[in-house]
Amino acid sequence: MNIDKNARYAVSHEYALKSGDEIITGISDHAQSALGDIVFVELPAVGKTLKKGETFGVIESVKAASDVYMPMGGTITEVNGALEGDPALVNREPHAGGWLIKFKPADPAEFDALLDAAAYEVEAAKE
Amino acid sequence: MNLQPEKLAYELSSPGRIGVVLPECDVPVTALPKDMLRDNLPLPEMDELTVVRHFTRLSQKNFSIDTHYYPLGSCTMKYNPKINEATAALPGWRNTHPLVGAEFSQGAIELMFRLQKELNLIGGFVAGSLQPAAGAQGELAGVLMIRAAQVARGQSQRTKMIVPDSAHGTNPATCTMAGMSVVQLTSDADGAIDLEALKAACDDTVAGIMITNPSTIGVFERNMKEIADIVHAAGGLVYGDGANMNAIAGIVRPGDLGIDVMHYNLHKTFSTPHGGGGPGVGYVGAAPSLAEFLPGPIAVQENGKYLMRMPKQSIGRLKAFYGNFAVLVRAYTYVRMLGEGGLRKMSENAVLNANYLKARLEKTYPVKYPRRCMHEFVAMGNIAEGVHTLDIAKRLIDYGFHPPTIYFPLIVPEALMIEPTETENLETLDAFADAMLKIAEEAKTNPQLLHDAPHDTPVGRLDEVGAARNPVLCYRS
Repeated sequence: MNIDKNARYAVSHEYALKSGDEIITGISDHAQSALGDIVFVELPAVGKTLKKGETFGVIESVKAASDVYMPMGGTITEVNGALEGDPALVNREPHAGGWLIKFKPADPAEFDALLDAAAYEVEAAKE
Repeated sequence: MNLQPEKLAYELSSPGRIGVVLPECDVPVTALPKDMLRDNLPLPEMDELTVVRHFTRLSQKNFSIDTHYYPLGSCTMKYNPKINEATAALPGWRNTHPLVGAEFSQGAIELMFRLQKELNLIGGFVAGSLQPAAGAQGELAGVLMIRAAQVARGQSQRTKMIVPDSAHGTNPATCTMAGMSVVQLTSDADGAIDLEALKAACDDTVAGIMITNPSTIGVFERNMKEIADIVHAAGGLVYGDGANMNAIAGIVRPGDLGIDVMHYNLHKTFSTPHGGGGPGVGYVGAAPSLAEFLPGPIAVQENGKYLMRMPKQSIGRLKAFYGNFAVLVRAYTYVRMLGEGGLRKMSENAVLNANYLKARLEKTYPVKYPRRCMHEFVAMGNIAEGVHTLDIAKRLIDYGFHPPTIYFPLIVPEALMIEPTETENLETLDAFADAMLKIAEEAKTNPQLLHDAPHDTPVGRLDEVGAARNPVLCYRS
């Protein structure tokens, strides 16, 4: 399992990575591996404001369609357009080219409440 | 099974060939309006015998409960007794028309009235509707009823439904379709609902909870009464998903557990045929709190006559005419044939069969929630390096068994959801268990055999990723 040490994680398997005053979010390597081959990704409209824990999109694999949740509250500033033509990017590089959204957090302190890499590794191993 | 690939009707077509010669027209011919005619629809042209052979061969490729064992979890693929077909085909039902009205449909409405009564007794409800055409429609009816009741109470701010992660898979979609939002509850280590998490979720925006009992992991929710009490105390209503009624019918009445509204499927628990899209019936039973909101019309008896009536605050119609009437005849036949004692035995044997299979398989296929199961259990298929549940499922086809439900429920990784039903005998259950154990050996000694399965079918392993990403939906562009 590949875990980005710089990112923080939600128990629902989304990561949050700081990039200036924005947050980049995608799903963890563990999550993409559990989902299997991803065939479709639905992402929110730019400008949409969502609370921590609210659904921001859907990832569909050959096994299941799963909601993805905001690791922190914020306003969407960009979505990964490359996924429309190549959703398998999430499988290949979940922590790089397969990111899902960028957002401006409403409360940057929510970042600290997320799991760090070590705590997430323990959480993911439980499954 | 007939293993030859069957050509498409278009490939069998030959220009100018006709199957039926119509008689001379003996009335004046009127040309169809030009704007309603199209010339870009090439239909296959075949003689009658070619048509008959084509569809007969296709039917021989069917995998059905009448030909093979079908342990598809949560679908209750039980046998449809042939007497159901005899009663459903009686000329009195077959030759009537829904537009002849109640006066000339007394027998049909009486059957609906009696079936409603039996189903209310079984479920512990005061009223119910035979309208919904399937489980998903029954769910939608139940959630719309909860919404309507909350609005009628002046509680229109209650727009959230609580759905445990062990609930039936369609529940969140139903909430969304009914215009409600979903709050998901995580199960505890035993697969049960976490009561503290439930209490925390119950605020004044909660309209109700959707609960499946037994849950999709095949265990009975022991705290059902307490869960209902917590939700009721917070002003919410309780929806029961009856997908798994085959484990408890004749033993427990869901109405007694505090459930306000529930659907149960006549095409599952009550043996009417399904698979391939129906037709089904998702009966919706209601407690006094919600009875007036039921979809309608409902069969009633007044002054010795049978009539169809709309409940006072009904959410409306869900299906034209009398619903899927022939299914109602089959379910009524089944209920009357079993009687009260027979219904209890049905559920007991469904639970016994599932526990027998679980006991034979759990050392080889680990079960995440190991407590005694109800009518189904969820095992895991990642039993050897590089072998996945999908490989096990595909290899089962080579042994002549329909694969169980796979990768559901989502809370169990590599899930294999096995529901044997009560209609299989010991020899069939053993043959299935033997095949599963054989496959587990193959997974260690010759995993490639599993990766390439199925071998003995007209087409082998399908490219699921390709089919989802680049679907080809037309025979030719």
